[in-house]
Amino acid sequence: MVLGKGASSSLSRKMVDGVENMVSNCNDFTVLVVDDDPVIRKLHDMHLKKFGLRAQVVENGKKAVDLCHFGTIFNLILMDKEMPIMDGVEATKELRAMGVNSLIVGVTSRDSQYETQTFMEAGLDFCFEKPLTADKISFILQELNKKN
Amino acid sequence: MDVVQLQRQLVDYRASLYHEAFLDEQFTQLQELQDENNPDFVVEVVSLFFEDSERLLNELTKALEQQSIDFKRLDAHVHQLKGSSSSIGAQRVQKVCIAFRNDCEEQNVEGCLKCLQQVKHEYSLVKTKLETMFKLEQQILAAGGSVPM
Repeated sequence: MVLGKGASSSLSRKMVDGVENMVSNCNDFTVLVVDDDPVIRKLHDMHLKKFGLRAQVVENGKKAVDLCHFGTIFNLILMDKEMPIMDGVEATKELRAMGVNSLIVGVTSRDSQYETQTFMEAGLDFCFEKPLTADKISFILQELNKKN
Repeated sequence: MDVVQLQRQLVDYRASLYHEAFLDEQFTQLQELQDENNPDFVVEVVSLFFEDSERLLNELTKALEQQSIDFKRLDAHVHQLKGSSSSIGAQRVQKVCIAFRNDCEEQNVEGCLKCLQQVKHEYSLVKTKLETMFKLEQQILAAGGSVPM
């Protein structure tokens, strides 16, 4: 297997069948984790590390919007819903209005269907209950590969 | 106590934490993320949870001491505590947070005060249990053994 530039030697092989090819693309993807909970930020960061991804982490929607506004491009944004200053719904709307076409995946607590729908309508590609698991991340990366 | 006995004690202790619903499957997920490159991952995440929970419990106490209670702010703190307790698998803490959120929504002061007491109690229990478990793990390592998964 040929690994991409900057490949890390600690790449995880814990992949679902048939998607080992994605490992060679993984290190080129940029990820932003947006969550006000430091426990979740650390957990999601570790999950992503296992797939050979390095994530930037910010604690609210405004910081995410500012980063993108100043030109940082992310392939994947993991967006929490409830955050202070600017929540996930607002941040997603703003990002889409700015023309950001990253894969944006919403991460919610067990909210009502209506609230998840509102979040999806703001411009998410997918929405999952938190915390993310290896299977969910695997799925997200498959979608990321398709998109790119 | 020899290593094998300590390991057995740890396995039994861990099993009891799951059996009594102090921990759930999410804690297992945390353990599965730990590896030789990140050997202290579980302790680090749990320590972060302790720090953050203590901050949130202080905020909740202060918020409920106010003359005029800001239920929205109260709910935001409970929501965060619910999220982080759920992410480390602290099931009993999470369950109280769910009830707490309902009381916040109904602006039920008495209910909120009761929930605050309960959540502090459950938090203190799970903290003690996890610290005991980590101590056992340290004893096993100090005795030259490996921590069973």
